[in-house]
Order: sequence, then C-alpha cells, then structure tokens
Amino acid sequence: MDFTHTETRRMLADTIDRYLRDKYPLAARVEAGNAEPGYQPAHYEGMAELGVIAALFPEDQGGFGGEGFDIAVVFEELGKRLVNEPVMDSALIPGPILAAAGQSDAVENIIAGAARYALAAEEPQALYDLDHVETTAEGAGDSFTLTGTKTVVKYAGGCDGFIVSARTDKGIALFLVAPGDVALRSYTTVEGGRASEITLDGAPGTLLGEDGAGAAMLQDAADRAILALSAEALGIMQTIREMTIEYLRTRKQFGVPIGKFQALQHRTAEMLLEIEQARSAVINASNAMGLSGAERARIMAATKYSIGRIGRLVAEESIQMHGGIGMTWEYDLGHYAKRLIMIDHEWGDQDFHLARFVELGKAA
Amino acid sequence: MDLNFTQEELAFRDEVRSWIRENLPEDIATKVRHDAPLSKDDMLKWQLILHDKGWLTYSWPAEFGGTGWGPVKQFIFEEEMAYACAPRILPFGLRMLGPVLMKFGSKEQQDYYLPRMCDGTHWWCQGYSEPGAGSDLASLKTAAVRDGDHYIVNGQKTWTTLGQHADMIFCLVRTSTEGKPQEGISFLLIDMKTPGIEVRPIQTIDGGREVNEVWFTDVKVPVENLVGEENRGWTYAKYLLTHERTNIAGVGKSNQELDRLKELAASQKRGGKPLSEDPYFAARMAKVEIDLMNMEITNLRVLAQAEAGGAPGPESSMLKILGTEIEQELTDLTRRALGSSARALTPEANETGYNGPHVAPEGFNNASAVYFNHRKTTIYGGSNEIQKNIITKMIVGL
Repeated sequence: MDFTHTETRRMLADTIDRYLRDKYPLAARVEAGNAEPGYQPAHYEGMAELGVIAALFPEDQGGFGGEGFDIAVVFEELGKRLVNEPVMDSALIPGPILAAAGQSDAVENIIAGAARYALAAEEPQALYDLDHVETTAEGAGDSFTLTGTKTVVKYAGGCDGFIVSARTDKGIALFLVAPGDVALRSYTTVEGGRASEITLDGAPGTLLGEDGAGAAMLQDAADRAILALSAEALGIMQTIREMTIEYLRTRKQFGVPIGKFQALQHRTAEMLLEIEQARSAVINASNAMGLSGAERARIMAATKYSIGRIGRLVAEESIQMHGGIGMTWEYDLGHYAKRLIMIDHEWGDQDFHLARFVELGKAA
Repeated sequence: MDLNFTQEELAFRDEVRSWIRENLPEDIATKVRHDAPLSKDDMLKWQLILHDKGWLTYSWPAEFGGTGWGPVKQFIFEEEMAYACAPRILPFGLRMLGPVLMKFGSKEQQDYYLPRMCDGTHWWCQGYSEPGAGSDLASLKTAAVRDGDHYIVNGQKTWTTLGQHADMIFCLVRTSTEGKPQEGISFLLIDMKTPGIEVRPIQTIDGGREVNEVWFTDVKVPVENLVGEENRGWTYAKYLLTHERTNIAGVGKSNQELDRLKELAASQKRGGKPLSEDPYFAARMAKVEIDLMNMEITNLRVLAQAEAGGAPGPESSMLKILGTEIEQELTDLTRRALGSSARALTPEANETGYNGPHVAPEGFNNASAVYFNHRKTTIYGGSNEIQKNIITKMIVGL
C-alpha cells in the first residue's frame, strides 16, 4: 500500500503548477472563454510542449504515460488553476480512438499540440446515454455517408476532424468526418469555453475501428473522460477549499473572524471531509483504469456519482460561506464553482451514474 | 500509488481468516450476526481463545507481551474479525487502560494489571462520563480526597458500558478545584467490590442493558491505585483518546452489514418483485455502498500514513463521522427492508428453544432495536458535532 505518487508524476505536477502559476492568470482565462475559439491556443501549445498531452498517452502511442494515475495527476493540476484548454476534449478523448484505428499520424500531431479532434457522440434527447444514436451511416467498406445531429460538442470550431458515432446495420460505429462536411452552430458554455450543435447531412465518413464496435469504444472514452473530469473537479475543490479556509480566517463580522461561528465550523467540517472522500473516489477510479469489465465500470460510475454529489456540496457551501462576494463575477470563487457544477453535466451526472451503478450491480 | 496490501500482508490476512474460521464458535458468531445479546461467558470465552493464540493483545508492543504488529496488520486483523462476526474485543482494558499503564503506570501497576486484563481475572470498565459531564468531559465532579494512604471517592459516573460485569473501573476524578478544570483531574483505578460502590442499570430505548450508572459513596481507594501523578489525569485521558484507533471507521463491520442488507433486499418481495429492484430503495442502497467504497480508501490512506509513522490528525474525526453515519444508514435501511415485520418485538426469537412466531426473516428479528441502539454511535466517543469542531479547529485553526 502506498498513496504517494511516483517521482516522475510529482515532477510533472510541479512543472504544470509552475507554468500555470507564472503564465495563466484567471482573468485572461475568463476573457478567452467568452469568444471563439474559447481557449488560448498559445497556452494549449505551450502545455503540449511541456509534455502535458504526452503524459496522457502510453509509449506505444508516442507518449510517456497513459495510466490512470497519469491522467489524474495532470487534470488535478489543471483543475487547481481552472484551466480552460481542450486537453480532455481535443486530445485525451479522441486520441486513443484514433490510435486504435491505426491513425498514428493524427495521434502524433495531437500529442504535439498541432492537431485537435472533437468527439461528436451525444444527441439531443439522449440525456447522457451514449447508446442512444439516431444518426445513421449508410454505405459499406470505407465509404459511408452520415446523417443526423449531435449536441454540445466541445471545441468543435477549428478542429481537424470529427469522430462521430452513427448507427449502421451492425450497431453503433465511429467515423472520422472532415470539418468541412459538417454544419456548426457555436455558442459559449456557462463556465466559459465553446461548444457547437452539429448537423450532418449525407456527410462522408471513414470508419474508425470495426463496424459495430462503436459502443465499446465510446465506453472506453467515457471512462477516460470520467477520470479526467473527476480529477479536475478534485483540483477545483482543493482551490475552493483554500479560498474558503482563508476567508473564514480573515473575514470579520460582529468583531470576530467568521470561522469562529460554530454554524460555519460545522458546515466547513462537512465540506472538508467530503473533499477527502472525493479524493478517495479519484484514487479508486485511477486505479480502476488498470482493471476491466464490470468491476472497472462500477468504480467509474461510483466515482462520477461521488464527484457530482460532492461537487455540488462544495460549490454551494463555499458560495454560502463567502456571502455576497461569492456571488460576484469579479471574485474568483464563482468561476470555480460554475465549472464544478458544469462538470456534473458532462459524461453523465450523479443521477445517471447512480442508476448505472445500480444496473451494473444487478449484472454482477 | 498502490492500493493493494503486500504479499506478506495478504498471507497474514489469509492466516487470520482461516484461523478465525476454525476457532470462532459458531453459536457465538451467529449471535453476533443476528445482533442477539452476548452473555458475559460468550465474551470471555472468545477472549480466552484469542489469549491462547496470543492475539488478544494484538495492538500491544512486543515488550508488553503483544504481537508488535504495525497499524496495517492490526487493521487487517480487526477487519477480518468484524467481517467474520467475531465479538468485538472489549476496548476498556486492552485498548484504553493498557496503553495508559504502559506509558504512565508504575512498573508494579504494569506487572499486576496487564496480565490480569488478558486472562479474564479483571473485567475493566470506564468511568469517564458523568450526568453533568458528557461532551464537556473536563467539567467532571466526582471527587477524590486524600486521607492518609487512601483517597475517599464520592460522586457518580454514568454510561458505564458493561459495568455490570466489571471487576475494576478506571476513573477520572477531581483532586483539585484550582486552576483550569483540566488541571485538577486524576486517573484512579478502583476495585468494583469496594464498599460504597453501587451499579445501577440504565435501560436503553432498544430495551437493552449495556450501560450503567456507578455511584460512589465514601469509597476508599489505596493511593497506589493512582496512575502517574496527581492532577495529571487529563493528559493521560487525552493520550488514551487520541491513541491510535485504526478501526474507527468500522469498514469490516459495515461491509458485513451491507452484504446482509443486500441479501435481505433480494429476498424481500413486494408484488412478487424483489425490494432490491425498487428504484428508490436500490438508489439508497447504492448511495451508502458508494460512500462506504470511498471511505474504505480514505481509511487505507490514513492507515498508510500511520504505518509510515504519521500522527493521527483530523482524519480520525472524519472517519468517526463517516463510519457512524454509514453504520446508521445501514441499520435504517435494514429496518425499512423488513416492512411491517420490523414492528415485532421478539428478541427471544434468537434463542434456542424459542417456539413462538417468527415474524421477521431469520436473523432479523432484532432489527428495529439495532436501529435504535445505533443512535448512540453519533453521540459517544466524542459526539459527531464535537468531531466537527475538532476538524475545523485543526484545519482552519481558529
């Protein structure tokens, strides 16, 4: 039993932390989040140079990591500074799908920060269910045409290709579609950043992997996303924790620091112990990436549920304890809280994953 | 990062597991599994089996006849014991007084008391709480006044667990009213057969009889029964309270209760459908299972810290809160899974020779009482509100 990270991972965390502390002020991040492309390309490329993306890929795909704990270390650091760069959406999620389909040039470019791909999987009315696919793909061999709509595709604008899930006569399959062949309608997301509604109308697509194997590939992508989002949420909670503790120590009312009031002490204690539980959930999920089957699936569902539940608690309690200042756009806290809540809306919220945990338990 | 026990620790776990399987009397395990009350004989019988094996003093250092196990092995042992439904080893002598005597007691006290708390000669109970001193323990009033070679003790202790079986009681008594309340407290060992001691049972809401009041009227206690120095008792008591408690979260016990609940929910049917398929009930079971999964990792993290020599911090308080809340939720769900049958008050249905009606499924005829009994867990050992004060004080520092 050992709950410390390897030296390599600790160094990686330090490198990311130093870069972000020096070069990634929150104000610029918030501003960038509200216009195309929704992030800061110079920083995305800068982090790729530092090896942030390479750390998410195994050696045989051109990276130097790719294990659960590598993913967790990177995203916890990104969360701490509320980084809004498409590391998960443009690299961690599409990369291994392209690698499995033999697109090694694309993967190389992703790791270098020179190319970005977007997964277009969720459809309106699917409510997180990735198997709910109405988009159709007609054709055979290498030549398919896709028709349908996809919703909230993060960082679709300016990407180098879409990975689209569609239904064939063999089930669900994934296709690579050129950006010029889809219609986009883009908008800003609540926490800053861009997303698009996507329409395909007979768009040509190249089959990725086996026809009919799409559902399994999506599930694999979902596990990576759940881990990354959960670790990011943990990093966000860490920062909120520090801000709230500092506020309790310094903000005075009735002549004393508000941290002296037992009503707030008890709320704080509850928040602090739940953050430890969130950390345990992330450790469990990181470890589970090395497992397979129902065991891994149950742990991922349990983790995303935990993060959703605890994330809401931390976001709401920290705003409450900060009082009015916590409501302002000017103060950092609210931006962290917004991202934390929106994480619950990505790749399945707490209700979705609780139900999934129950279902998986029946099969076990 | 490595969430697994070492090969050696796994081999140790197997050894403990198979030894318990071969040596834990089935009738006793069944009583524990079914939440039936254990007799004094049951508890002593198991204690002596462990003593023969040398595992009763599993938490003691080797120099005092213990196993010398580190925190991880102690944890594994406790979890296996709990999961196998072995009676818990009563902590009063072995886990509470023992370490205090080892640290602060005289050589004579160590030589006399330590072996006797193992071999069944001395059943110890704890005299801390008083009617006016619950969470605010330092306000205790039971007085010990020096009179030659004796202290004369007057006052009242309460919530004395299993005091009805006890041969000895270790007490916090007031020997001075000067200075801060904490500064006038002494730690005294008292023979329960001394004239002037009266034990009065307190019946709890579940109908059980595990706690007592202990009254002291002019009780003569020899001065050699003072542990350490006079007026230093608070320090010893605090040492005792913060002494390493690796099983504070009760993971093994809760895992066992969860398994039992799942079996129950699968066999209880409404309209022909198992209760476990009722979405609302299933969701509540899933929530507590996930909390328990997370707590198990949290507990291992604390354990790894302890194994590396770290002092217990606010994590002990966190585990106490989490562990007791999870335990209570499980007793609540078990009660609710029983439906109307949870209403039958038939604790005797656990006993051999009972031939009355079995209203609840076998092994669950005490579930409502257990639910009520478990309300105590968020109150005792420093109420959960006190634990929250501690957590915030340690982390926010105000």
